[in-house]
Amino acid sequence: MSTQDPVAAFRVEAGELLDLIEHGLLDLDHRLDDRALIDEVFRGLHTLKGSGAMFGFDALANFTHHCETAFDRVRKGLAPATQELVAVILSARDHMRALIEGDGTGLESTGAVILEQLQAAIDAAGGEASAPAASAAPTAQPKQVACGGWRLFFRLPADAMANGTNPLMLLDELRELGECKIVARTDTVPPLAELVPTECHIGWDVELRGDISREDIDDVFIFVMDDMELTVEPLSDEGAEAAPEIAEEMPVVEAPATAQDGPANRAGANPSGNPSAKPAGESVRVPAERLDELMDRVGELVIVQSRLSQLASGQGSAVGNELALRSISEEIERLAGELRDTMMVLRMVPVASLFSRFRRLVHDLARETGKTIELSTEGETTEVDKTMIERLADPMVHLIRNACDHGLETPEDRLAAGKPAAGQVRLSAHQAGGEVLITIRDDGRGIDRARVRAKAETQGLIQPGQQVSDHDLLQMIFHPGFSTAAQVTNLSGRGVGMDVVKRTIESLRGAIDITSAPGEGSTVVLRIPLTLAIIDGLLVRVGEGRYVIPLGAVEECLELSLEEDLRSRGRSFITLRDRLVPFLRLREIFDTGTRPDPHQKIVVIATGTERVGLVVDQIIGSHQTVIKSMSPLHRDVATFAGATILGDGGVALILDVAQLVMLGQNQEERLRAAG
Amino acid sequence: MSAQPTATQWDAEGNLEVLTFNLGAETFALEATLVREILDLLPETRVPGAAPLLGSVVNFRGKIIPIADLRLAFAMPAAEATVDSRIVVIETQVETDAGGETFQIGIRTDKVHEVATLQRAASEEPPAVGMRWRRDFVRELVRRQDGVVVLPDLAAIFHSLVGGTDAASQPSTVH
Repeated sequence: MSTQDPVAAFRVEAGELLDLIEHGLLDLDHRLDDRALIDEVFRGLHTLKGSGAMFGFDALANFTHHCETAFDRVRKGLAPATQELVAVILSARDHMRALIEGDGTGLESTGAVILEQLQAAIDAAGGEASAPAASAAPTAQPKQVACGGWRLFFRLPADAMANGTNPLMLLDELRELGECKIVARTDTVPPLAELVPTECHIGWDVELRGDISREDIDDVFIFVMDDMELTVEPLSDEGAEAAPEIAEEMPVVEAPATAQDGPANRAGANPSGNPSAKPAGESVRVPAERLDELMDRVGELVIVQSRLSQLASGQGSAVGNELALRSISEEIERLAGELRDTMMVLRMVPVASLFSRFRRLVHDLARETGKTIELSTEGETTEVDKTMIERLADPMVHLIRNACDHGLETPEDRLAAGKPAAGQVRLSAHQAGGEVLITIRDDGRGIDRARVRAKAETQGLIQPGQQVSDHDLLQMIFHPGFSTAAQVTNLSGRGVGMDVVKRTIESLRGAIDITSAPGEGSTVVLRIPLTLAIIDGLLVRVGEGRYVIPLGAVEECLELSLEEDLRSRGRSFITLRDRLVPFLRLREIFDTGTRPDPHQKIVVIATGTERVGLVVDQIIGSHQTVIKSMSPLHRDVATFAGATILGDGGVALILDVAQLVMLGQNQEERLRAAG
Repeated sequence: MSAQPTATQWDAEGNLEVLTFNLGAETFALEATLVREILDLLPETRVPGAAPLLGSVVNFRGKIIPIADLRLAFAMPAAEATVDSRIVVIETQVETDAGGETFQIGIRTDKVHEVATLQRAASEEPPAVGMRWRRDFVRELVRRQDGVVVLPDLAAIFHSLVGGTDAASQPSTVH
């Protein structure tokens, strides 16, 4: 990766800066007078502008400059931060993202609209602002303008040119600001014999006339500011003379004249309509110590490998070799395990990165619906596989939209119902065994059973008057085309229904569960495996086939003695610590056509509180299971979540625990119903 | 949502390169471009609950691919493996609800013959009567000197397994 495209690197970095700015703004929304946050946002904008200009994103740099200028007023206390201003700058942030990801065409009009809004917001906030027309927004900044101009002197460090700074360009930029009188100071130029031609020895005195702000001058020197010598003072003596001059229009690059398409698109987090410009490869930030750990393992592996080839080249006695081989094999086994663990850890990212995306969503939803919504999160440090995070984002957006749009009531309704005006949406994550539970809870009106029932009846899912358990009734909302919203609003009803959410979660080998209390809100629990790639499994034999049961789901293993087996012919459940646990004879379900092993075992598996026993012929042992997906042609076979390749090259199927538990529960219910 | 009959891609001269193989006594042919590999039989793992036509999977270079027994689609009894039995791995596409999907599949054959060229002039639509097989499973019948070669319609056969409405195991209703 040494030849990384600098523009791509900039895009990654800018993406992080934009996230930082967004976080700062969202925090600011709640604590409007927090200086630290204001400074943080300002710094983000400033850096973005600087590096944008450096990498040729002129439109971005220019646009960001205006935002920065506006925000600078807040920073200097000339205008208070307001929620309107935060909202405008948030939309400006989206525009910046579009500018970074696209090629900048077709976005000028959007940018102009946002700048106008920004100006309006600043004026509304600032009150006394001496604002020129919105189109001249760029020049409307804290008027630290010397009446006539500035006198400045600057000298670059000696190695400036070696570092790529061209003083002539700086002078040109100054000339662009206004009328310049430039005099070179040559007093420090050494005698010819000592002159190093690659060093810069000249300083410059510049008299700059015109309506120019101090910031504009600083902008010129933005990249060299740190180690240069610069003095700037106003041209006070000639102020009176310069004043009548009509303020020179600043040569701001290309006024946004060409109004092209489209209204401001700021609905989605990523409105770029230019997929081709998307960065091809995504990247992950990895803590350096984790990489070191990986490197250590690889180093050990290389050593063991050389021992192995030494052994293969064959010296020493047969017995000694066998021992050595065994020790190498053990070594490699340990290393492979550690490498796997280290690698898995590299792929894990905290769910904070997922949750933080929703702060913006909730912020926007609150504005659009006119509701007051408070989002709280918990357990952000829970780590989940990176790919899982990516694929969870869409379903969670949908669930949160649902909670905010359908779940939460308007402030008036809430007060009438005796609840606080602000609705609560709570996201939490925690790890339970091999699974991560993500909970989305709202304290809204809850799911309207009557409406669900009515809808289910009109769709023919249930018969009118049919007895349906509450749990089953709630499951109805996962049917395709099922929406209880009386009206489809802008926020929901975009064609992504709960059925898609459910399918996405299930494709991640996860499960979704919903509970709801009328008037008190709804809770959706997403239950997803820690990783998609490798699990610890329990290898069992049923008939002649070998199967893997995810070890995280296994509670215990028992023996099913022959007499117990015969006794339980009629009723397929066992008593386990005073609880009845239904069990399934896998031999019968899989139709193996073999005689049962005399010493059958029961593997008790569980999801949540549901438990079910699986009768197998033999427990072979634990097995590191690399999960391979089944062919799409086998998608209809629900009892298997995938397959894996065993040490001997054979294939073992991985049991889908959730499906089997469901099967067991159904059987239990049937038995109970039968008597 | 029945599958459209797959059109045979004859080239400009009306020729088609195929791999011919036997199932029972019949000779079948598949486009040579579909064929990825021809393997000796591998240890198969039965998938309980899957359609008998695709009743097992094998480990093909680290991938799990299903093994199709086309004998069942063409109403032939299952047979024991012989020394001539081979697996022909093909890559094909089937339309599903989620759009087209490309995947590999192994076809168990009783004997693999050769790569041959079929002529369009000698090909015929499957007759409406007189066939024991489901007509939509056969694209074309091609006459050769030593008999008739069957071009099966894999898409139609497998479509019935992935979200299709008509089950493959369902017996033909045409008599």
